[in-house]
Amino acid sequence: MSADGSELGELRRTVGQPTVADPIFTVRDCNVHYGDTHAIKDVSLDIGRGEVISLIGPSGCGKSTFLRCLNRMNDTIDIARVTGDIRLDGEDIYARKVDPVLLRARVGMVFQKPNPFPKSIYENVAYGPRIHGLARSRAELDDIVYSSLDRAGLYGEVKDRMEEPGTALSGGQQQRLCIARTISVNPEVILMDEPCSALDPIATAKIEDLMEELRENFSIAIVTHSMQQAARVSQRTAYFHLGYLVEVGETNKVFTKPLHRLTEDYVTGRIG
Amino acid sequence: MAEINRKALKSAAETRKLVESSLRSRYARERRFQAYGIAAVVASVAFVGFFFVTIIAQGHTAFFQTYVKLDIDFDPVVIDPEGGREPQALSSANYQKLVKTSLEKLFPDVSGRSDKRTLNSMVSTGAIYELRDMVLADASLIGKTRSLWFPADDELDMYFKGRVDVDVDETSRRFNDKQVLWAESLREQGRIEKRFNTIFFTSGDSRDPELSGIWAAAKGSFFMLLVTIVIAFPMGVAAAIYLEEFAPKNRWVDLIEVNINNLAAVPSIIFGLLGLAVFINFFSLPRSAPLVGGLVLALMTMPTVIIASRSAIKAVPPSIRKAALGLGASQVQTVTHHVLPLALPGMLTGAILGLARALGETAPLLMIGMVAFIVDIPQTPLDPSSALPVQIYLWADSPERAFVERTSAAIIVLLAFLLLMNAAAVWLRSRFERRW
Repeated sequence: MSADGSELGELRRTVGQPTVADPIFTVRDCNVHYGDTHAIKDVSLDIGRGEVISLIGPSGCGKSTFLRCLNRMNDTIDIARVTGDIRLDGEDIYARKVDPVLLRARVGMVFQKPNPFPKSIYENVAYGPRIHGLARSRAELDDIVYSSLDRAGLYGEVKDRMEEPGTALSGGQQQRLCIARTISVNPEVILMDEPCSALDPIATAKIEDLMEELRENFSIAIVTHSMQQAARVSQRTAYFHLGYLVEVGETNKVFTKPLHRLTEDYVTGRIG
Repeated sequence: MAEINRKALKSAAETRKLVESSLRSRYARERRFQAYGIAAVVASVAFVGFFFVTIIAQGHTAFFQTYVKLDIDFDPVVIDPEGGREPQALSSANYQKLVKTSLEKLFPDVSGRSDKRTLNSMVSTGAIYELRDMVLADASLIGKTRSLWFPADDELDMYFKGRVDVDVDETSRRFNDKQVLWAESLREQGRIEKRFNTIFFTSGDSRDPELSGIWAAAKGSFFMLLVTIVIAFPMGVAAAIYLEEFAPKNRWVDLIEVNINNLAAVPSIIFGLLGLAVFINFFSLPRSAPLVGGLVLALMTMPTVIIASRSAIKAVPPSIRKAALGLGASQVQTVTHHVLPLALPGMLTGAILGLARALGETAPLLMIGMVAFIVDIPQTPLDPSSALPVQIYLWADSPERAFVERTSAAIIVLLAFLLLMNAAAVWLRSRFERRW
């Protein structure tokens, strides 16, 4: 694709509907630099309460970086610098008084590769509630662990093997264990960074079904390379390109009547 | 741009012929390469085997000691002429005389001062102290006669261990023909016995080989390693964790890293000089003390521990850290709950290998006065002491034939400790290693 100047100029303005009526996250003019690389450029986007929003785009377009801004995981990268105004429930999460530890308890994250701790299944889920002091007794902790596993659709499969290592589960089960681990601390938002890219279609389908159920209690932002997945699970879709947010809108509109030519090229498979 | 020659791509048949013709030389090269490898392995195994065979052949006899049975007459006239049974008098009595009398009874026809002295020297001087201790413990022995086993003198011991070549001219060996006759006569009377050499494992150094042992040195080494591990392991691990997980990536940290790597390569004797200057001269800690030795060895081992710990920490997958951080664990929680347990086997392995090196270290100990003649078993890390490798060095320097086998025996003991420590490292690794 020839990225001529006029097209890049066009990129600077996001088309579609970046704002929503009842946002949980509001991001305004977000910029991220990794050293000399400008990874995210003037992105403004809302994430609605109780919605699933998918972030799509070709590799290196900045969608994962954007996701990591939302729970300040970029803080752990030495050379990353984040500017702009990012608010969770109206509160600036990059303000000096905000503790990233508390923020990450409110904004959970599921990673691309299932990464259970090399501990028992029980301990994997119990870890978060334990460090945050969410359970006053062992019985309460048990309840949290079992209901988290249940909500992640894993309880039936693991109820007799709680003491087995989490790493001994299959890939899809591991990913659902990671989701159980995330929801055990009762976050307001769950960020998912290509959660199904390492899974087979059946495990993927299970997680997609799970997302539909989780939407009742959590807002979800998911980065995905699969446009079918985005179409299946999300209400809104945001298309990123070269660090710009090109287009954002209702998922079926983005996929059927994209406003921007680049979006159209991408969703029809001409680029990406 | 060069002209493109389309003929450069050969036909399938041609390609096949060319590949086939090159196969022979390729396989020959492969076989040659394997042969080099096998030769290298065989050579190193041969060296190790040769080393072990020599050491064990030399040293195994030291684990046994010849004992001589003497009928000791606890003559009151000799032990306590005044009859007061005063401990003072009893402890300063002439016990040598008891041994002499006993030997003279066995060999009544020996005359002449020189011959008598030679005869007396067949039994270890340790017999005298043994007799004194017996009398001091139980004064009722005085006046009685007892058959007692005493360690043989090292020359007699060597004779019975077959280390005296009787075919050599008498003047050029330390064990003369008369002694050979006496020794054989003792054997015929059933007065010679070989026993497990407990002295070797329970006593300190001595001028008499038959009374010398490695226990003082082993205990010194033990105290030293204790100090070393107590200091080097926590400090090394703490430094590694800070550098890997918390330190900012800047020039100063790079400089520290380079210096740690350099420190690991500093000759150990330099650490000895450092210990002498800092711990003994500046802090006035006692000389020859395992505490100082341990501190010096800790300084020497710490870079190794840091390097091993850092690579163990690096080997923990970043996904584990991300998982913990993403869940809202603080950085310290992430490290202590997840990174450290996963890195611990690697850290321990590194520390044990570092300690094994410290156990075998001699040079820095020479600098801080641990190369001393230590008879008493050290009771605390502040008592003067030597160490196993230093003891080996000291014995290797001694002229007596019997110290040769003891040198080798001490080497066997040291090697046994080293093998044990390495085995522990392997065990720890396999025991705690996790897959993910």
